[in-house]
Amino acid sequence: MITKKDVEHIGWLARIKLSDEEKEEFTTQLNSILDYFAKLDEIDPNVAPTHHVSGVVNVFRDDAVKESLDQKDVLQNAPKKEEGFFKGPRIV
Amino acid sequence: MKDVIIGLEVHVQLNKLNSKLFCGCSTKYHDSEPNTYTCPVCLGLPGALPVLNRAIVEAAIKVALALNCEIAEQTLFYRKNYYYPDLPKGFQISQYDYPIATNGKLVIEGDGERQIRIKRVHMEEDPARLVHKGPIERSKYSLIDYNRSGMPLLEVVTEPDLGSPKEARQFLNKLRNILEYLDVFDGSLEGALRVDANISLAGGARTEVKNISSYKGVEKALSFEIVRQKNLMRRGIKVVQETRHYDEARGVTISLRTKEEEKDYRYFPEPDLVPFKVKDKVAEIRKCLPELPDAKRRRFVKRYNISEHHAKVLTSELGLANFFENVAAKVGANQAATWIADVLKGELNYRDLDISAFSPEHMIQILHMLEEKNITEKGAVQVIRTLLDKGGTPAEIVKQKGLLKVDEDVIAKAVDEAIKENPAAVKDYHAGKNEALHFLVGQVMKKTSGKADPNVVNKLLREKL
Repeated sequence: MITKKDVEHIGWLARIKLSDEEKEEFTTQLNSILDYFAKLDEIDPNVAPTHHVSGVVNVFRDDAVKESLDQKDVLQNAPKKEEGFFKGPRIV
Repeated sequence: MKDVIIGLEVHVQLNKLNSKLFCGCSTKYHDSEPNTYTCPVCLGLPGALPVLNRAIVEAAIKVALALNCEIAEQTLFYRKNYYYPDLPKGFQISQYDYPIATNGKLVIEGDGERQIRIKRVHMEEDPARLVHKGPIERSKYSLIDYNRSGMPLLEVVTEPDLGSPKEARQFLNKLRNILEYLDVFDGSLEGALRVDANISLAGGARTEVKNISSYKGVEKALSFEIVRQKNLMRRGIKVVQETRHYDEARGVTISLRTKEEEKDYRYFPEPDLVPFKVKDKVAEIRKCLPELPDAKRRRFVKRYNISEHHAKVLTSELGLANFFENVAAKVGANQAATWIADVLKGELNYRDLDISAFSPEHMIQILHMLEEKNITEKGAVQVIRTLLDKGGTPAEIVKQKGLLKVDEDVIAKAVDEAIKENPAAVKDYHAGKNEALHFLVGQVMKKTSGKADPNVVNKLLREKL
């Protein structure tokens, strides 16, 4: 059962500000998703876990250097930049 | 039970490899302009897909074998989700269940040998570097350089087997030494090593100290934390379990008041990377492992017949060990061991230099001059110091500084003079006063400008008196 407090915590983890109405709305929605997933309780748990659906293993690349992007191109979509750096809020 | 219990999580950059963990950007970004070694993968741009660098898995297996670990049958990557500007994707690709290696051990030599258990070794990507103008708590914003983003990291996690800050330091030195022997790590580069330490005192809660980024920092941060926890306990205040940040500039740890717990990272298998089954590579990699520090130390003692102490010092850095073997091939091994481990190493440490600052050829020349008794031991030390401070060649320095040892007949003449000029000291000597002999030796040394061999002076004085 997901409570309003859980929703607040999840919102904080994602650094998203939620209004009171949104908190109520998401609590209901997330609970109905969890209810749906409860169907999984009906299956036999004694099967090997599937970590990846493709069945492919060991996809590697060689340790070779490729050209990097130009600094100008890297920063072109950044709303805030300074001296070649991206600029963002300070988080401690 | 120990008074202090310490466990370490050591992050080392595999900076000797060519390219990053999941993309082809170069690992040689140090001292470069910010954001010049990036691509869609390490910038976390939409649609970019990671592809694992084979050499990093091989390096991880090498390290794990050197730490006596078991290599996993199958290893997986996970997403560790948290929101921070140094992670452009909003998650770090790391390992969780199924790390590449577990259950190892490393023996450290402090006051006797101690075995430290290794819980696990895993691979992960390095986050970006954040830069702040002025102290972090007062800066208004963060500047972000993604050059470091996606650098290959190995995290080595110990069991809580370390009993003091000094042991933690010894563990790190040993680990660094092994990584450098394996040629996967250059510990001198900025950001090459970062440590999180868990520490508790008997009967208290455990704190985690994050953000320790130097070898000396580990010892200082842990010592600070021990004093802090002891002071709390003395005043009857409970130590709370928490995460603390090490402030290197001020040498203190600060409470982080973090609200994130392990379950908040919402680990799940990274769907963009398939599982890796690498156990069949292990035998081949094991065969290619170089001689490691402990084995080299034992070989040095056996082959060169040098002391355990000298062998330990000489194998504490690969460069130093190779230097010694180069020199010992040309001059007496014991002589070489003493001069390199005791004298040269001390002079290097004093100047904060490493062995690459000194040429083995010069050491061979100096030791030859000593063997042929052309210079005194004091003169040899002077040559080493001058080479380190000003450069040149041993022969030039010996000539310039007039260090060529004085012949025995010149010393004999000085001894005769000293005896003639100091009858009172001679009388005292015959009366059994040993200081008188020291005084006379001093007089002879003065007359020969310190270039006489003190042993010869002593011998001649005793004969002539």
